[in-house]
Amino acid sequence: MEMLSHDILIVGGGGAGLRAAIAVAEIDPSLNVAVVSKVYPMRSHTVSAEGGAAAVIGPDDSLDDHAYDTISGGDWLPDQDAVEAFVKEAPRELLQMEHWGCPWSRQPDGSVAVRSFGGMKIERTWFASDKTGFHMLHTLFQTSLKYDPIQRYDEWFVTKLLVDDGRCQGVVAIDLATGKVHGIRAKAVIVCTGGCGKVFPFTTNANIKNGDGMALAYRAGVPLKDMEFVQYHPTGLPFTGILITEATRSEGGHLLNKDGYRYLQDYDLGTPEPQPVLRSMELGPRDRLSQAFVKEQEKGRTLQGPYGDYVNLDIRHLGEKIINSKLPFVRELCLKYENIDPVKELIPVRPVVHYMMGGIHTDILGATPLEGLFAAGEVACVSINGANRLGSNSLTELLVFGARVGRAAAEYASRQKGNGAAVAAQAAEEVERIERQYLSGGGKGDKMVDIRQGMHAAMESGAGIYRSKASLQKSAQEISNLQDRIPGIRLDDSSQTFNTELVAAIELSYMLDVAEAIIASASQRTESRGSHQRTDYPDRDDNDFLAHSLAVRKPGAAPTIEYLPVTITRWPPGERVYGR
Amino acid sequence: MSANPQHTPYHPRWYRASMPIFWWMRRWIHARFILRELTSIFVAGYALVYLLQLRALGLGPEAYARFLDLLRSPLSISLHGVSLVFVIYHSITWFNLAPRALALRIGDRRVPDKVIAGLNFVAWISISAALAWVTLKG
Amino acid sequence: MAVDSLAGNAAVVAGGEMVTLEVFRYRPEEETEPVYQAYEVPVHKDWVVLDALNHIKDHLDGTLSFRWSCRMGVCGSCGMMVNGDATLTCATFVESLLPGPIRVGPLENFPVVRDLIIEMNDFMEKLESVKPWIIRDEEKSLEDGAYLQTPAQLADFKQFSMCINCLLCYAACPVYGLEPSFTGPAVIALAQRYNLDSRDQGAGERNAILNTDEGIWQCTLVGECSVVCPKDVDPAAAIQRYKVSSTLQWYQKLLMPWSGK
Ligand SMILES: Cc1cc2nc3c(=O)[nH]c(=O)nc-3n(C[C@H](O)[C@H](O)[C@H](O)COP(=O)(O)OP(=O)(O)OC[C@H]3O[C@@H](n4cnc5c(N)ncnc54)[C@H](O)[C@@H]3O)c2cc1C
Ligand code: SF4
Ligand code: FES
Repeated sequence: MEMLSHDILIVGGGGAGLRAAIAVAEIDPSLNVAVVSKVYPMRSHTVSAEGGAAAVIGPDDSLDDHAYDTISGGDWLPDQDAVEAFVKEAPRELLQMEHWGCPWSRQPDGSVAVRSFGGMKIERTWFASDKTGFHMLHTLFQTSLKYDPIQRYDEWFVTKLLVDDGRCQGVVAIDLATGKVHGIRAKAVIVCTGGCGKVFPFTTNANIKNGDGMALAYRAGVPLKDMEFVQYHPTGLPFTGILITEATRSEGGHLLNKDGYRYLQDYDLGTPEPQPVLRSMELGPRDRLSQAFVKEQEKGRTLQGPYGDYVNLDIRHLGEKIINSKLPFVRELCLKYENIDPVKELIPVRPVVHYMMGGIHTDILGATPLEGLFAAGEVACVSINGANRLGSNSLTELLVFGARVGRAAAEYASRQKGNGAAVAAQAAEEVERIERQYLSGGGKGDKMVDIRQGMHAAMESGAGIYRSKASLQKSAQEISNLQDRIPGIRLDDSSQTFNTELVAAIELSYMLDVAEAIIASASQRTESRGSHQRTDYPDRDDNDFLAHSLAVRKPGAAPTIEYLPVTITRWPPGERVYGR
Repeated sequence: MSANPQHTPYHPRWYRASMPIFWWMRRWIHARFILRELTSIFVAGYALVYLLQLRALGLGPEAYARFLDLLRSPLSISLHGVSLVFVIYHSITWFNLAPRALALRIGDRRVPDKVIAGLNFVAWISISAALAWVTLKG
Repeated sequence: MAVDSLAGNAAVVAGGEMVTLEVFRYRPEEETEPVYQAYEVPVHKDWVVLDALNHIKDHLDGTLSFRWSCRMGVCGSCGMMVNGDATLTCATFVESLLPGPIRVGPLENFPVVRDLIIEMNDFMEKLESVKPWIIRDEEKSLEDGAYLQTPAQLADFKQFSMCINCLLCYAACPVYGLEPSFTGPAVIALAQRYNLDSRDQGAGERNAILNTDEGIWQCTLVGECSVVCPKDVDPAAAIQRYKVSSTLQWYQKLLMPWSGK
């Protein structure tokens, strides 16, 4: 089989992938680097991030403070050496973005402005109005165009990592426009495919976030780390999952149950005051608010809509003037994408899946245990986010670890000679598998939508905000049944040209593998920490679980879970204190 | 950086629709645009008349008198009427576009579009008025 | 954003009102000429056209092909012609188009790969051709810190940096339809975004590329690009201002050949 060939192949053209590509091109222009992405790079999900990117800049701030906020926010699960490297390199990376033209918001004297953000004790979040991710992604993409060694395969969809001789040596990808399946050799492969929010029914994540890279690595035998840690945001729109920012509540928005009652007062979150009080009621921490929703749901005091249960967020009392001046984007999102006017109507909200703390197990340079395979961005778990990511750390993580992984892969690739011959045979086999499994037509099995809905239901009920042994076991069984139904999936579409149904079917199989790893990791962690809350084990247990979980795939059986101790450098575990 | 460097063997057949000749009739905004393009003929017409007038002037008083007679003919007057409408339409759309081409700034504040367009209109009307005053007085 | 697949479940429909979508179909392996295919979909208050298309894909016809991702108007994937208007289908409510039928087609002025998917590499090449990155005579090193840029200087180019590359402006531009060599609205706006950035010194280089017949001078100021733009980028203004500054530069060269630049 004829193969394409590059020194370094990057899967994913989001913030992490593009930063890595530029790092390679800058460190060694003689290396031939290619970016494969299933969407045009500027469509990647980084584009949706709004809030900002954290890095120490002010004179009254310090690297230690940023590190401490990150570690305590992550409930002492982040690796402290990784966090220290992260906060140290963060300012330089954001400055580099400034030099590349990112339109950071400014102070009157022309210096970069920073804002405060949940969980950060001091203002250190750089922002480009309320479109930070959008501006970062477009700046990175446009800047990447100036480097000749960077080639792109836009709208190519990766289906497999090629592993031979204990090394990752390339990928197999479908060129969507023509339907042709190609093998691409590479001395090093960097996976930057982002998160997996679509495993859950309600998420802020885009349609393309299906955990592809996690599943690819998992299938190649690479462990997935800390997969039980899934972040919920308390206020998303139920149908679309569109995020309604915290600012709505800090301006004085109220959360109401079906009786119009500010139910948070029943959950040890303070007493209702007419004016918003910091760290009380609606301004409590994200996880507590999400948990209160579930409790309220159990009491039957939430409302039922066509898309499941919800509560109401009321900002009508703020009046049109304040809403327009302070929360224009919230009003625009509600009006334009959900047909609701918050000036006159209640906003239905519910907790939505927002971010994946876990991911492909990497070291501090982005290398995975599989030689030749690297990862960075939301798909990877270094880990700096631990049990709970702090808002605005993730965009910075893309840059810091994108750059690191690019340098590490460049260094690795320049030491490698050629590829083994077995790789081409493997690629040919994959081509044949896709053809046989999906395109031969006549599949009389399930419709994809049924399997997807089954997965969503299993994840929401069994591995959501609260988990228990029983709920996880039940979901594990359901996911395993769904996995068995994948080979018999029925595709209407057997075309070679831009077969989106084929892509969706493969993505669904990825999501089920990721779901399996989430559930298995959550079952084994018999404690509650950060975003992982077990009703049967409500307390944190540092004796047994100050450790990362590593899920290793066992085909045909549940994955095995191993543990890796957390690296502690200077901050011994303490209590996670909020609101006091 | 080049996209899809590899030319694939089975390049799909693309469907290309061609623009129909009367594409501009399908939408009002396009028709309005074509109308505006047409007005430039009348602007050119005015310029031509003006050149002819200069030429007539150069040829001597008799030629000039003949030229003025010609201008007084009903045909010429109705043509001028129509032209005036088109040229005014042209001018108005032109001045409305002015803020697009000009981003003026006073201190830190950008001058609002309406002000720029307004200033243009004021200048246009006052210059026209001044010219009218000079010519009609004489 | 995620549209929950439960949303596509016809069982949840209240009232049962339906609307017809007439969707452009072009399957290159099967047909040489496109056809419109009609589908009946339920009406929901909160459904946009994209949700209706997803309903079709999930429940009625898995072969219908289109691009989408964010469902919040920022990734730029989902531009189509809806009842003849170029629009983002994730920001167009079905309710606003009742009683229907609603006609959905691929963006005009582009070759169609399949169904609602257009070929856009031409745009990508044009985008790259105007050097959309900061060009400096001398790079400032990171050790010397950030460039200062006042909020007013930021405001000078901010609007032109808001483009999501959705291509609606190309679909609305008859000049691009007649003359595909035209660089086009969004790309020229992007060039202006960098030209007007106080950190950039590449205006001269870009001028050489854009001050041409395929560049700014092909624009006859139809202005539709700015009308359809969902992000208020106002590409028409970008082009107009480009014409003015190029002309001024030309005069400056003519009158003061020694003035450099
Ligand atoms: C609504 C929202 C708001 C957010 N706000 C913030 C914020 O304010 N601050 C912050 O720090 N973080 C924020 N985040 C989180 C942050 O945006 C993401 O974690 C981050 O952008 C992920 O970037 P990435 O580069 O890892 O992946 P992505 O940007 O998701 O890119 C993934 C890339 O991989 C490619 N890809 C995937 N699978 C395949 C495949 N099989 N074959 C080929 N290519 C593939 C895709 O095409 C894409 O190019 C937010 C997230 C959301 C959802
Ligand atoms: S200028 Fe506007 S319409 Fe054109 S591509 Fe950009 S966002 Fe879309
Ligand atoms: S789906 Fe992203 S812009 Fe519409």
